[in-house]
Amino acid sequence: MKIEIDHGRVIDPQHGLDRVTSLYVAEGMVAAIGGAPSGWRADRVIDARGMVVCPGLVDLSARLREPGFEYKATLESEMQAAVAGGVTSLACPPDTDPPLDEPGLVQMLKHRARSLNQAHVYPIGALTVGLQGIELTEMGELAEAGCVAFSQAEAPLSDTGVLLRAMQYAATFGHRVWLRPQDAYLAKGGVAHEGEVATRLGLPAIPPTAETIALASILTLVRSTGVRLHICRLSTAEGVAMVRAAKQEGLPLTCDVAIHHLHLCDVDIGWFDAQCRLVPPLRGTRDRAALRAGLADGTIDLACSDHTPVDDDSKQVPFGEAEPGATGLELLLPLTLKWAKEDGVALPDALARITTRPAAVLGSDAGHLDVGAPADICIFDPDQYWRVEPAALKSQGRNTPFIGLEVAGKVRTTIVAGHVVHEG
Amino acid sequence: MRNPQLNAAGDLTHLLTLEGLPAEIILRVLDTAVPFASIAEREVKKVPLLRGRSVFNLFFENSTRTRTTFEIAAKRLSADVINLNIGVSSTSKGETLLDTVDNLVAMNADMFVVRHSQSGAPHLIAAHLNRMGRTHVHVVNAGDGRHAHPTQGLLDLFTIRHYKKEFRELTVAIVGDVLHSRVARSLIHGLTTLGTPEVRVIGPKTLIPSAVQSLGVRVHHDMREGLAGCDVVVMLRLQSERMRGALLPSTGEYFKHYGLTGEKLALAKPDAIVMHPGPMNRGVEIESAVADGERSVILPQVTFGIAVRMAVMSILAGA
Repeated sequence: MKIEIDHGRVIDPQHGLDRVTSLYVAEGMVAAIGGAPSGWRADRVIDARGMVVCPGLVDLSARLREPGFEYKATLESEMQAAVAGGVTSLACPPDTDPPLDEPGLVQMLKHRARSLNQAHVYPIGALTVGLQGIELTEMGELAEAGCVAFSQAEAPLSDTGVLLRAMQYAATFGHRVWLRPQDAYLAKGGVAHEGEVATRLGLPAIPPTAETIALASILTLVRSTGVRLHICRLSTAEGVAMVRAAKQEGLPLTCDVAIHHLHLCDVDIGWFDAQCRLVPPLRGTRDRAALRAGLADGTIDLACSDHTPVDDDSKQVPFGEAEPGATGLELLLPLTLKWAKEDGVALPDALARITTRPAAVLGSDAGHLDVGAPADICIFDPDQYWRVEPAALKSQGRNTPFIGLEVAGKVRTTIVAGHVVHEG
Repeated sequence: MRNPQLNAAGDLTHLLTLEGLPAEIILRVLDTAVPFASIAEREVKKVPLLRGRSVFNLFFENSTRTRTTFEIAAKRLSADVINLNIGVSSTSKGETLLDTVDNLVAMNADMFVVRHSQSGAPHLIAAHLNRMGRTHVHVVNAGDGRHAHPTQGLLDLFTIRHYKKEFRELTVAIVGDVLHSRVARSLIHGLTTLGTPEVRVIGPKTLIPSAVQSLGVRVHHDMREGLAGCDVVVMLRLQSERMRGALLPSTGEYFKHYGLTGEKLALAKPDAIVMHPGPMNRGVEIESAVADGERSVILPQVTFGIAVRMAVMSILAGA
């Protein structure tokens, strides 16, 4: 299959490419940029005038809900949602049922995902057996089966001794560890940020110290073990400051934020809107401003969707009983563009945060458009507005706080390994 | 965002919280309750305002006292009262909260009196009814989690007005477990809306929510200091599960610091009244001599509670 993408604004953040030109795809790779290779004969020509042509998006947190939660979403529905959102590579956290703590489960997931011929799936293995925080998993076996990193997902790891050993062991073999900093005891029972909103609504609170105390432990252990660590879903202003200082010190760290936390804060809970029941909790306006600034200055390397399909029944309950999470794969691009536009971040810099940089954290060759790169490409109209509505989403999870919002950035074509997998 | 308990014309359609409720509506409830308070002294204690209406007491959390006062109030208004003690087991049977509500609406319920352990549950029900176009069905919050207990707040306001006449010169102290108290939150909103210049909360740091000043109150950790010059002292109930553990070491130490004694009450104004939402833990938050003393208005609170609940139900029903 030879595809010619004509006259689009081709942006490759990794190589500083940003100009209107044509891009040629053959044998699953980028064959040429600018002039056609000799003897070129396209099977398919895509007119990309007025469009942006960029590397396919890389999302570091997308729950596909398989195995175990097929009533909330299936691999089929969520993989469609991914490519509809321009996402061509995604990492899925291990909090499935059972958790991804055995090579067989990982192989099965990879096999199922491959057979659908859509986005590339990178499983994150469980750091401890059953995510129980007690015994280490067979990280070597899991890595061979396809796990690119190890994490506790949202399960608390309260035993600091186990955390230290998990990091030492992972560091021995160069495995990456991804952790969301949250102190199990301080967060216990909490459902909302500790502040005016939780006080008014009488919601059990999670203080910012739940993040900073855990982050302090993690950073201290990174310093002593040298493990390659990725910090997931930062939520507080103090947390951003701590990561900034740790990076200046030279610790081997990367860090992400979920798109929801760039745009929303605890005030958006209004009168108990369960769509805003998220993990970590939406925090204050000061925290949101710090997260946005941190993403702009590079303290926070990248944004992810933290895609979590939740069924309606799990949201149509009182706030504290609602299942946390929101659908996000199809909103990663528009909400990143919205942040960039509002904060004056240039388009290539914004796209780097959802392509090149997450690809680097995954250790994947995707996320750029150099000749010879895998032909994972997203073509989108940056100026087309669309309304976020349940009917407009491919994901089986229709719950998001952004329902009703008009957003700019509509994915036209998604190409994975040289094949057109989505046209919208 | 429109206040979810008012309709487009600004009339009260649900009573979910006192937060954001206009002062006129609060005063209207208090005024409406005045004649109802005297009904109790008549030989025939009934008025026909809610004849033919069905009031469902939907209690997902046990409470004999509150349920009984709502039941008496509805019966004095001649409504049919159906009590449902659902407990927490209904969800384990597979029926969701909103399924339960839909079923009862199909049985022609006119009003739900809802108590639930989760903050916001009555809001969820009210929003659901509004969305389904069931605007003739009204929701009264009878206590949700730590969030609100608006009829308790109203009866507290009624009691304060009965004894003190005016809110604009009062100093009110609320003492105890403010963190877990829906009673405290509702009373604070009611008092600030009616212009009370000084509302104080008194308790240890473990039982005072971190951002409580944003509700318009002053925080005191020393009870003697907090009681000085008060017109009204509201003691909160300490739940038995909080009497020991990481929040408080013991009831004895709690009483020593935050229990109301005659000696501490002497620091308040000479005509200060003492209130308690009940049920009381004698010797934990209040000494018997004070609870039964001449400054105590705890039993009148209970009597007024029925009148206030009658007022709320009759206003919601448009009677």
